[in-house]
Amino acid sequence: MSLLKEPDLGTPARVGEATVDVEIDGQHVRVPEGTSVMRAAALAGIDIPKLCATDSLEPFGSCRLCLVEVEGGRGTPASCTTPVAPGMRVHTQTPKLDKLRKGVMELYISDHPLECLTCSANGDCELQDMAGVVGLREVRYGFEGENHFDAPKDTSNPYFDFDASKCIACSRCVRACGEVQGTFALTISGRGFDSKVTAGNGESFLDSECVSCGACVQACPTATLQERSVVELGMPNRTVLTTCAYCGVGCSFKAEMRGDEVVRMVPYKDGGANEGHSCVKGRFAFGYASHPDRVMKPMIRERITDPWREVSWEEAISYTAQRMRDIQDRHGVGAVGGITSSRCTNEEVYVVQKMVRAAFGNNNVDTCARVCHSPTGYGLKQTYGTSAGTQDFKSVAKADVIVVIGANPTDGHPVFGSRMKRRLREGAKLIVVDPRRIDLVRSPHVEATHHLQLAPGTNVAVVNAMAHVVVTEGLVDRDFVAERCEGFAEWAAFIARPEHSPEAVEQITGVPAAELRAAARLYATAPNAAIYYGLGVTEHSQGSTMVMGMANLAMACGNIGRDGVGVNPLRGQNNVQGSCDMGSFPHELPGYRHVSDDAVRTVFETLWGRTLLAEPGLRIPNMFDAAIEGSFRALFVHGEDIAQSDPNTKHVTAALSAMELVVVQDLFLNETSKFAHVFLPGTSFLEKDGTFTNAERRINRVRPVMAPKTGKHEWQIVCEIAQAMGYPMHYDDSSQIMDEIAITTPTFAGVSFRKLDEVGSIQWPCNDAAPEGTPIMHVDGFVRGKGRFIETTYVPTEERSTRRFPLILTTGRILSQYNVGAQTRRTPNVAWHPEDLLELHPHDAEVRGISDGDLVTLASRVGETSLRARITDRMPVGVVYTTFHHPVTGANVVTTENSDWATNCPEYKVTAVQVGLKQVSVATNELSTSALAD
Amino acid sequence: MEALPYVRLANEIAVQFRHWEPGEAAAEIAAHLRSFWDPRMRTQLIAHVEAGGAGLDVLIIDVVALLREQKVH
Repeated sequence: MSLLKEPDLGTPARVGEATVDVEIDGQHVRVPEGTSVMRAAALAGIDIPKLCATDSLEPFGSCRLCLVEVEGGRGTPASCTTPVAPGMRVHTQTPKLDKLRKGVMELYISDHPLECLTCSANGDCELQDMAGVVGLREVRYGFEGENHFDAPKDTSNPYFDFDASKCIACSRCVRACGEVQGTFALTISGRGFDSKVTAGNGESFLDSECVSCGACVQACPTATLQERSVVELGMPNRTVLTTCAYCGVGCSFKAEMRGDEVVRMVPYKDGGANEGHSCVKGRFAFGYASHPDRVMKPMIRERITDPWREVSWEEAISYTAQRMRDIQDRHGVGAVGGITSSRCTNEEVYVVQKMVRAAFGNNNVDTCARVCHSPTGYGLKQTYGTSAGTQDFKSVAKADVIVVIGANPTDGHPVFGSRMKRRLREGAKLIVVDPRRIDLVRSPHVEATHHLQLAPGTNVAVVNAMAHVVVTEGLVDRDFVAERCEGFAEWAAFIARPEHSPEAVEQITGVPAAELRAAARLYATAPNAAIYYGLGVTEHSQGSTMVMGMANLAMACGNIGRDGVGVNPLRGQNNVQGSCDMGSFPHELPGYRHVSDDAVRTVFETLWGRTLLAEPGLRIPNMFDAAIEGSFRALFVHGEDIAQSDPNTKHVTAALSAMELVVVQDLFLNETSKFAHVFLPGTSFLEKDGTFTNAERRINRVRPVMAPKTGKHEWQIVCEIAQAMGYPMHYDDSSQIMDEIAITTPTFAGVSFRKLDEVGSIQWPCNDAAPEGTPIMHVDGFVRGKGRFIETTYVPTEERSTRRFPLILTTGRILSQYNVGAQTRRTPNVAWHPEDLLELHPHDAEVRGISDGDLVTLASRVGETSLRARITDRMPVGVVYTTFHHPVTGANVVTTENSDWATNCPEYKVTAVQVGLKQVSVATNELSTSALAD
Repeated sequence: MEALPYVRLANEIAVQFRHWEPGEAAAEIAAHLRSFWDPRMRTQLIAHVEAGGAGLDVLIIDVVALLREQKVH
């Protein structure tokens, strides 16, 4: 398509049933009450000139260009700040208005560099457009007066420049930073002629609180805030609508292109997940796709000590197929398996699991969700009947109380975090359950009512105590429970036991009983209360139990089945939901149906022409154990760096070393490929053609902006390996894969590329019962019929602090980096996070003689690494925290084999560790310094 | 000495069901293992019990008895 410019109606939509009829330039228009005259005019097809107004921001009324005349009214009000009134008759074009607007434009232009022809925004500048619209032909004031032409340019941000000389002080950037992003990093400092946009307290953009989300760049009507890529490459000339490949929010973007080159990614206003907002990763950090480190040709080697040898696709595919079959002949059908990736499309994931089940002939397929949200799958299926969050993202705008448990949305899911902050600024109450004081606990215009700073590993005790308060204080929604749920009486008797009271568990959790009681009451008595959670819930030895505990709490309070409520996993990667939906788990076929279900197997056996096993296969940790034990000999790893991301690195690498064949399909050589025999180069999201499913079950199209740089789509490669193994598997294009998914999977029955192109996106289930999809689940009944209360006994983890390892390590991620960093480390995002840091409390630092920035050792019973210390009181005493974005740190060297009892999801969030200065003596100090210098 | 993987995993499950009535707990765990464990792991577990069951939670001994009743594929 040509360059897509979305219409800008000037001010945000108002919602409500009451409407108002007005007449604008002789045209009648009916709009919701509260709509601005400017928006009403735009809806009638009449564009009123404007500069400070844009429909993503509340009206401001500063530019005085959008003046109108209202019959019977005085003066010339700004149409952006004037709401419609019944019977109002408005005129937008009169000689008087023309004269006023020209006068306004003359003032603007008298202090604006007249370098349009060489300006980077030439052709995309609203000031330029408005000069034309108002018919500006002269500037009577001249250009010799006092001006801002020499105002300094801030080029500190790696992605955009701030050229103050072009600023018209419309405040759109300032308002975008506050209203859309919720960071409030920008302000207008000074008065009158000295007014200017200022970042932080006068620092550079990079040094300020700016999170580089791009909302200010998006809002700027001139070239003041401009993407550096546009400055360097020029204006794009075509648009491809696609979906971000980073976190589980799944933002829709316009990839704006010049030829085959991406000039910029612009968040799409009609994107259901993001509605025009973005974060620093999605908007700017796409340069990895063309990074020189990318491998473009397949490679093989006999031994992992051999150098890689580039080969043709035919040789790589035939070698892989032959080795796989040979290993199966010698060690059995079950000796091989595959891992699907949440960074890949639904279609790619589907064909990998199909290859494993139909061509390999076993169920040894698992996905990286094993190490993040597999407990969500287990817990929500047990209680509600399906493995999915209950709400759409918009729902948070109706929540009166928001509970954030073990998640850090402003870093991990920043665009949803901004939605959440907007609702909190509107007055919703916030409860944060987290050992660490995440930014949401206290940030500009947001403050948690309760921060339950629990000891790591005690989630279940806390959620049980909250439920105890609900049950024993008569806060249960009896009607909801009676009508919608089962097992309540037994569960209520269990949870009402004294050992679950806040007072009884205070010693275990560290959460003051009174605070916990108050939080429980706040949650239970709110008209709408919603739970959002992340890996701080799932990555525990009781991850699945905790998911069920939250599900119990929500049911007990009737907080399921409408806007503003629900139990919502914030998925880590872009397609975690989709990869799980597509049958990536060894016990489930697509659509979360157990392999032992004869009827379900028959559907696939009929279509695929192969008999499928009725027994579950190996999960990822089981594969590692079986490899070391000797019964598992070959692994196809699709887009995952298990040697960096999975726990207990020593164990993982021992398993990989024990295998005869490791096949890695990825963009870059990584930690896992060090143990690989075949490397199949993958495609970036800019080359993929398929769909992603985000955390709200929203299926979005991923459209290719360029042909695969490697010459083949990943699904094609997988099909060709299956074919080379003797199993016919062919699709003409990826839409045929989705068609097969729709045929076999009832929740996807109504999904097709064609439908997605028509409606934009669809939230599953989408079938005859819900042809337009399902934004909110369990509205009239649970997927399993009745919601099931399940007893959730708190069982402490085996991982305890000891004299040798007295601290507890918990891990997480940071805004600018993404998971193992393979993508973001290859972008200028390293400006914000060049290395993993160990956060620890000042007390823990002081007793160890550690100063901020010191190189420290981090040791657990399974391994040791070193990294720099950041001393911060956001950590409680006794708990330390780090990220896992950099392989040089290898945070998972220290994490252990402990896992969730039900799903084997690793217990990343609780590892007993010791921290010490890297330099322990003068001699060692010299050695360490020398080593560092090297 | 480190526990064998299937022993460690089985024990991790057993501890979650310690508060259950033993018969019900064993049935629930057996159902869980049938649903989520690869047959080779169940076979290893059964063999381990037959070899004395060193290091296993006592509850798993009952679980294995139930697993034996169903043919392991």
